[in-house]
Amino acid sequence: MADFDEELDASGLNCPLPILRAKKALTGMEAGKVLHIIATDPGSVKDFEAFAKQTGNELMESSEEGGKFHFLMKKS
Amino acid sequence: MEQKKLAIIATKGTLDWAYPPFILASTAAALGYEVQIFATFYGLQLLKKDVSGLKVSPLGNPGMPMKMPFGPQWFKNINWNIPNIIQANVPGYESLATVLMKQTIANNGVATIAELRELSQEAEVKFIACQMTVELFGFDQSDFIDGIDYAGAAAFFEFAGESDICLYI
Repeated sequence: MADFDEELDASGLNCPLPILRAKKALTGMEAGKVLHIIATDPGSVKDFEAFAKQTGNELMESSEEGGKFHFLMKKS
Repeated sequence: MEQKKLAIIATKGTLDWAYPPFILASTAAALGYEVQIFATFYGLQLLKKDVSGLKVSPLGNPGMPMKMPFGPQWFKNINWNIPNIIQANVPGYESLATVLMKQTIANNGVATIAELRELSQEAEVKFIACQMTVELFGFDQSDFIDGIDYAGAAAFFEFAGESDICLYI
């Protein structure tokens, strides 16, 4: 996995909390910085794709490992 | 790109139906939408200072699974199909169902209504209480959270008329 600047663990949280927490975390970050999000909600895979598309933040990576979903999102 | 707008009319005042308006409003706000929720009739319950009293009723609601949020998996999987006539006659049935639902909500990592409402407020979702129904139900402005507007249908249309999405919930 590529480098990241901040990390958000949204494990155990269900829709729409991972998105809301990620949005909050990104708001406090500078443009170009990367947020690593960890989630267990299977719906978050499609949701983070849609979030990136609609907000302009770049979803650099989306992967699954041991039942957890990992996302790297670059703040626009 | 111009900011998109979401207008919601919230008309239901039960725990289950409190979710859609707050989930959609908070998510839309996170996506950059400007959001307004117009609360009318029973939807006013969603703007009360204390939302911990919201209840869910399985009575006359055949779509609602009644499953236990505790015990071994085989027990959790049982759908308790209780006849309406029993539900209607057992005192406290609704309260019990609400306690079980809240436990299920917590078990699934789903946010509470208070939490979703707070997140919506933080994201600058605007709430409007229908003035007519506030008076009709004998409520007082002190019953509701601060920072909300009181207005009528015309005020709703001012925003809804220019919205990209308008939902009646």
